[in-house]
Amino acid sequence: MIPPAPAAVRAEGWGWRHASRRRFAVRGLDLDVAAGERVLLLGPSGAGKSTLLAGLAGVLGGDDEGETEGRLLVDGRPAEDQRGRAGLVLQDPEAASVLARVGDDVAFGCENLGVPPADIWPRVVEALDDVGLELPLGAATSRLSGGQKQRLALAGVLAMRPGLLLLDEPTANLDPDGVRDVRAAVGRVLERTGATLVVVEHRTAVWADLVDRVVVLEPGGGVSSSGVPADVFGAAGEALAARGVWVPGRPVALPGWQSPERGLPLIRTEHLQGGRDGRPIGELVDARVDAGSALAVTGSNGAGKSTLGLTLAGLLPPVSGRVGAQPPLARGLATEPIRWRSRELLTRIGTVFQQPEHQFLAGDVASELAIGPRSLRLPAAEVDVRVDELLERLGLAALAAANPFTLSGGEKRRLSVATALATRPQVVVLDEPTFGQDARTWRELVLLVRDLLDGGGAVVAITHDELFPAAVRADRLALPRPAEHLESAR
Amino acid sequence: MTAVAAEQRTAGLIAGANPVAKLAASAVLALALVLSLDVVSASVALLLEALLLPCAGLDARTFWRRTSPIWAAAPLAGLTILLYGRTSGTVHVEWLLIRISDGSIELAAATVLRVLAIALPAVVLFATVDPTDLADGLAQLVRLPARFVLGALAGLRLMGLFADDWRSLTLARRARGVGDQGRLRRFFGQAFALLVLAIRRGSTLATAMEARAFGAPVRRTWARRSVLTARDGLLVGGAVAIGLAAVGSSLAVGEWTLLGG
Repeated sequence: MIPPAPAAVRAEGWGWRHASRRRFAVRGLDLDVAAGERVLLLGPSGAGKSTLLAGLAGVLGGDDEGETEGRLLVDGRPAEDQRGRAGLVLQDPEAASVLARVGDDVAFGCENLGVPPADIWPRVVEALDDVGLELPLGAATSRLSGGQKQRLALAGVLAMRPGLLLLDEPTANLDPDGVRDVRAAVGRVLERTGATLVVVEHRTAVWADLVDRVVVLEPGGGVSSSGVPADVFGAAGEALAARGVWVPGRPVALPGWQSPERGLPLIRTEHLQGGRDGRPIGELVDARVDAGSALAVTGSNGAGKSTLGLTLAGLLPPVSGRVGAQPPLARGLATEPIRWRSRELLTRIGTVFQQPEHQFLAGDVASELAIGPRSLRLPAAEVDVRVDELLERLGLAALAAANPFTLSGGEKRRLSVATALATRPQVVVLDEPTFGQDARTWRELVLLVRDLLDGGGAVVAITHDELFPAAVRADRLALPRPAEHLESAR
Repeated sequence: MTAVAAEQRTAGLIAGANPVAKLAASAVLALALVLSLDVVSASVALLLEALLLPCAGLDARTFWRRTSPIWAAAPLAGLTILLYGRTSGTVHVEWLLIRISDGSIELAAATVLRVLAIALPAVVLFATVDPTDLADGLAQLVRLPARFVLGALAGLRLMGLFADDWRSLTLARRARGVGDQGRLRRFFGQAFALLVLAIRRGSTLATAMEARAFGAPVRRTWARRSVLTARDGLLVGGAVAIGLAAVGSSLAVGEWTLLGG
C-alpha cells in the first residue's frame, strides 16, 4: 500500500490549562515540525510534554476539560479536527490494549475511523507485521509482555495509517529487551512510512540516533533549545543533565564512595520457591542478604523478581522452601518473616512497591510519612522529628501538605521510599525503584541506598536498570528467563 | 478474514450460537417460568433442558464448577419458602414464625425446580459467551449505542487489573504496619484506595481509547460482523418450545398457577 503523507505540525502561541488547575501546563509555545521530521521532545517534568502530545492527538477534550490559547495545527488544520492523522502511544503498557484479542485490538482504531470492514483485516495483519508481532489474531492481549504490549499499541495506531506518530515515554516501563524491540519496531515503521515522529522520553540514548532534531521545552512556556541531537546535547548538555535529562554520553555524576564492610547475614533463603496462591513463579532461589550490602535481583519480565522480593519481605508466603531471618534481624521473633505481625515488620524489613500508589494511605505527604512511626507508637515529638528529617532529606518539604496522588512520578517514588525509611528497617526491599525516573531522581535514589548501606542496613533491589546495581556495588542475583510468554517469531 | 471469524466462533450447536440469541433464549425461559408458580411447569422445563445439556459444549468439570452456586442457592431458596411460605392445607410444624404446611411444601418444591430451570440454562448459555462477541451483538443487532457497549467492554477488561491492585494493596498495608488493624476497617480503607486507583486507570484507558479515534465524529464500522444464523433461530425457537411445553403440560393437568394467582 502507499503510505499516508507525513503530517506537518505547527504550534502558534499555543497553551492549555486543565480545568482543575490554576497554572497552564503549556503556554506560549511556538513550534514547527516539518512533514517527515523526527523530533525528540525533552524538558523537565512539568514542562507539558505529555500535554503537547495529547493536544496533537486531539484527545485533550473540549472546553469543559480545559482552556486553550493560541493554535495547534496538524497539516494546517486544528489538531482536534484531525482524528486519525496522529497516532498516540502512551507510557503505561497496561493502557496499551483496549480489547481482549490481539486482532480486535489492532482493528479498534480503524473501526472508530469508519474504515470499511473489508479493508480492516489486511491493515491489521500489515500493522502487526510492521511491529514484528507474529501472534495469532485471537491471542489474548493480557498475556503479552510489556514490550509486546507496547508494540501492540503501536500496531493499533499504525493500522489507522497516521501521518504523525506521537510516542509518550513508550519504553519507560520496559525491560531492556522490551526497549530494544520497541525501538526497532519504531525505526522500521518510520523507514517504511516516512511518518513524522514526535517522541518524549527521559532515556534519550534510545532515540538519539533515530531523530533529526531535539526540542527542549521550558516549564511555563516556550522552547529553550532546539537543534540536531549532537548540538543540543553538546551545547545544552550540562544544563539538561542538571535538570534530570539522561544526556547520551554523559553519565550521571556520583561522588566517590567506598562500600562499607559486609556485616552479619540478615536473611538466608533455602530452596525458596516463590509464587502466588500456591502456584510457583520462577526458579528455586538460595540467596543471602548481609548487613551493609545490596543485592540486585535481575531478570526479564515474568521471571518472578517481584514475587521473590515480596516473599523475602515477609509479605507473600513461600510456595516451598523457606525465608530464614537470622537472629540479628529476627530479634527473638519466628525465623519466617511471613509469620511476623505487620507492625513487627516495620523496624525489620521495609518494602517499596513498584507502583507507589499502592502504598499510599494518607491524604497528605506529612501524614503519609507519620503512619509508620505512629504505628510503632513512638512519642509524638519523635514522629515529628523523623517526618521533618525525611521531608528535608528527600526534597519533599515544600509538598508536605500535598496529596500523595497529585505528585509527579519522581516525587511519588521519593515519597514511597521515604515511607519505608521512616521506621528505620534493617532491610529495605525496593521493587524497580528507578523505573521511569529522570536522572536527578535516579541519583538521589543511589545516594539514599548508599546511606542505608553505610548505616549497616541491607538493600534488596529488584531491577531492570543496568546502571543502578553498579552504582551501589550490589551483588547480583540473575533469575532465568521464563518460558511462559507467548513467543514471537521475530 | 473469514478464518478469523471461524476461529473465534467455538464449535458446538449451542456454544457457537450468537450471544444475542443466547440472551434471548434465556430470557424466554425465564419469562415462561417466572409467570408460573407450579411444580409441573418447572419440572417439564428442567427435564427438557437436561436433555439438551449435552449440546451445550461444556465439559462436566466446567459445568459443575460454573453451576455450583446454583446448586447451593436453590435448596436455600426452597428452605426459606418451606419455613415461611404461604400456608395452606394441613400444618405439620408450627414454631415462632415458622409454619410448614402442605402448601408451603409444594411451593418449596416448585421454587427449587424453578430456580434450577431458570438459572441452569442461563449459566450454561453464558459460560460460552465471549464478552467481545456479546458487545458486537448488542451494538450491531440490538442496536445499543456503540459508545456505551464498547466503554463497558473495555472497562470489563480492567477487572483483572483491579484484582491485582487489591492484592498489592493488601500486601502494601502489611508492609506499612497497618495490616494488623481490624478486618472491617482495613476493608473500607482498602476499598477506597481501590476506588481511587480504578478512577485513574479508567481515565488512562479513556485517553488510550480516544487516541485510537474512539468517539470520532464519523460513523463507526465493525471489523467483526455479528450475524444471526439458522442455528440462532433454532436456539431461540427451542427455548420458546420448552416454555410452551412447560406451561402447556401444566395447563393440561390443571396445575397451572399464574404468578400471584
